[in-house]
Amino acid sequence: MSATGSESYLLSLKGVSKAFGANQALSGVDFEVGAGEVVALVGDNGAGKSTLVKAIAGVQLCDEGEFHFKGKPVRISSPQDATALGIATVYQDLALCDNLDVVANLYLGREVFSNGAARGAFLIDETTMEQSSLKLLQALAVTTIHDVRVHVGSLSGGQRQAVAIARSLLGEPSVVLLDEPTAALGVSQTEQVLSLIGTLRDRGLGVVVISHNLENVFAVADRIIVLRLGKRSATFDVRGVSREDVVAAITGAEFGVRPAAAKEDA
Amino acid sequence: MSAEQDSAPSTGIVGMIRELGRKLAQGEAGPLLVLLMVAAIWTFFQFQNDRFLSPGNLTNLMLQQSAVATISIGVVLILLLGEIDLSVGAVSGLAASVMAVLVVNRGVSPVLAVIAALALGALIGLFNGFMITRFRIPSFVVTLAGSLTWVGVQLLVLGETGTINLGDNFITQLTSTFFPPMIGWAVAVLAIVLTAAFAFLARTGRQRSGLPVEPMRSLFVRTGIIGAAFIALVLVVNQDRGLPLVVCIVFALVLAFAYITEHTRFGRHVFAVGGNAEAARRAGIKIDHVRIMVFTLGSTLAAAGGVLAASRLMAVNQSSGSSDLLLMAIAGPVIAGTSLFGGRGTAWSAILGAVVIGSIANGMNLLAFASSVKFIVTGAVLIAAVTIESVTRMRRRGTQDT
Repeated sequence: MSATGSESYLLSLKGVSKAFGANQALSGVDFEVGAGEVVALVGDNGAGKSTLVKAIAGVQLCDEGEFHFKGKPVRISSPQDATALGIATVYQDLALCDNLDVVANLYLGREVFSNGAARGAFLIDETTMEQSSLKLLQALAVTTIHDVRVHVGSLSGGQRQAVAIARSLLGEPSVVLLDEPTAALGVSQTEQVLSLIGTLRDRGLGVVVISHNLENVFAVADRIIVLRLGKRSATFDVRGVSREDVVAAITGAEFGVRPAAAKEDA
Repeated sequence: MSAEQDSAPSTGIVGMIRELGRKLAQGEAGPLLVLLMVAAIWTFFQFQNDRFLSPGNLTNLMLQQSAVATISIGVVLILLLGEIDLSVGAVSGLAASVMAVLVVNRGVSPVLAVIAALALGALIGLFNGFMITRFRIPSFVVTLAGSLTWVGVQLLVLGETGTINLGDNFITQLTSTFFPPMIGWAVAVLAIVLTAAFAFLARTGRQRSGLPVEPMRSLFVRTGIIGAAFIALVLVVNQDRGLPLVVCIVFALVLAFAYITEHTRFGRHVFAVGGNAEAARRAGIKIDHVRIMVFTLGSTLAAAGGVLAASRLMAVNQSSGSSDLLLMAIAGPVIAGTSLFGGRGTAWSAILGAVVIGSIANGMNLLAFASSVKFIVTGAVLIAAVTIESVTRMRRRGTQDT
């Protein structure tokens, strides 16, 4: 049903397959995300979501498949390749240092040096880093973090997620992959993260969200791509589809009443 | 002055006390807690023996603890990584022995011999770091095995006689040089001026960039406290032999490593590896390089501590670097708030911890306690410190689960 040419998407994958021994984790999966679009990747445990995301992030190579980025064929064979193209990934564990403050976490591994004489003493330019951290959080409309000098360990789950997402944006990516961004968050914190995802879309980024939580998926996504047993089993426009349709596509069950609901691609 | 209101949340006395209580409970008020501890220990011993707080005894305390404090700086770096180095005592003994043999038996110039001792320390640290990162052996195993080996090598180096007297030279002068009163005051004034100037410059820089700054009042209070400490120090040592050179050396080392850990990229990465090594790796930090560098610095500082200990003793013998030196060097920073679990701490805890541990040991010696009691007390203090650290760590964890 989404028969648009691959050149109109930021990132598109064709026929991605990956096997772990005898287990075919992905077989011939297509995937695409456009600019200013939130795509939700859903599916049951073992459906191949993480394998697909790891392939895009360059963490794990796939056996076969074509990658196109901004219309050009590319190869992603390492996390550095993905980052260089402009694909940022925020993993579920967030990879933050709890013992460092927000600024230090945002700039971890890319600290800014001072100019002039202080450069010779390897002095970190805290002022510049703090200024741009505040600017970045402001641009993302993250209003819950007032003090960027507090240790990340003392922040709430939603705030930590916001820090992790903000950090991924420092490299000016065009595609952001979010792995279970709302897992283990309370209601208001989930709200904050969902609105942050909305901000990313408004900035013209392509956002891929992996989630188990269909309520959140419906709240934030434009398109829903369903994986089932390593195949892309359905694609929905979020307008004009019901929860039951998506659940049916995920489980593969004929859920009784609506036989025509799940439109099988595969 | 208008930007000052931003940073300081409006709190009354009650709010301040509550904030202080929270900081104590979560282990963020480390230095304050330690100062209270020092005050309690000093009051206790002063009541037991009024020579404890005499200028002579306090100067002796500084001289005794300078070696421990130096070794502890290296231990702090290693603890920040969440690792441990059990060989710092043995390395200090071996480095001092090699130095003594070079000077006394081989006629090498003392300065060169000190450099050789430091280089040997660096080499041992490099080896430790290599074993830990290349073969993924836990640091306590590598350094425990190492400590046995280095003690053996020390006995080998010292040979038959077992004791080498250093005589009067550059090495012994490190701990027997005292500055005249005027120079002591000059150092104190310089330290206060520099402290105030740097604090003021940093504040102005933040203000110019429109960032929240601390109130001028608290800057004055902080500078005042540091200034008072320097004045008290010089006042005390001038009543005895004067400001010891070794105190300046240890202070300069702590200052340098406080700067490295808090204001440079390398220091930031040390904290990151200690806090979450996987996160540091994913952020592109070469975590193995950081580890090797830290172990190298740790053993180099241990060797430096060995040189100072030999200088103080004016000799090196078979028990140099052994006995409770290792325990004191590790316990000090932990008591003064550096975490055993990595990612939290400061180079200043090396000095603070050495003062706490040294005060207890010195006081018990003055009171002529039996060594049985001394061992028990020192052990109990260490356990208490580690327990407090563990409890505050659990509390910190607790606040995250919201």
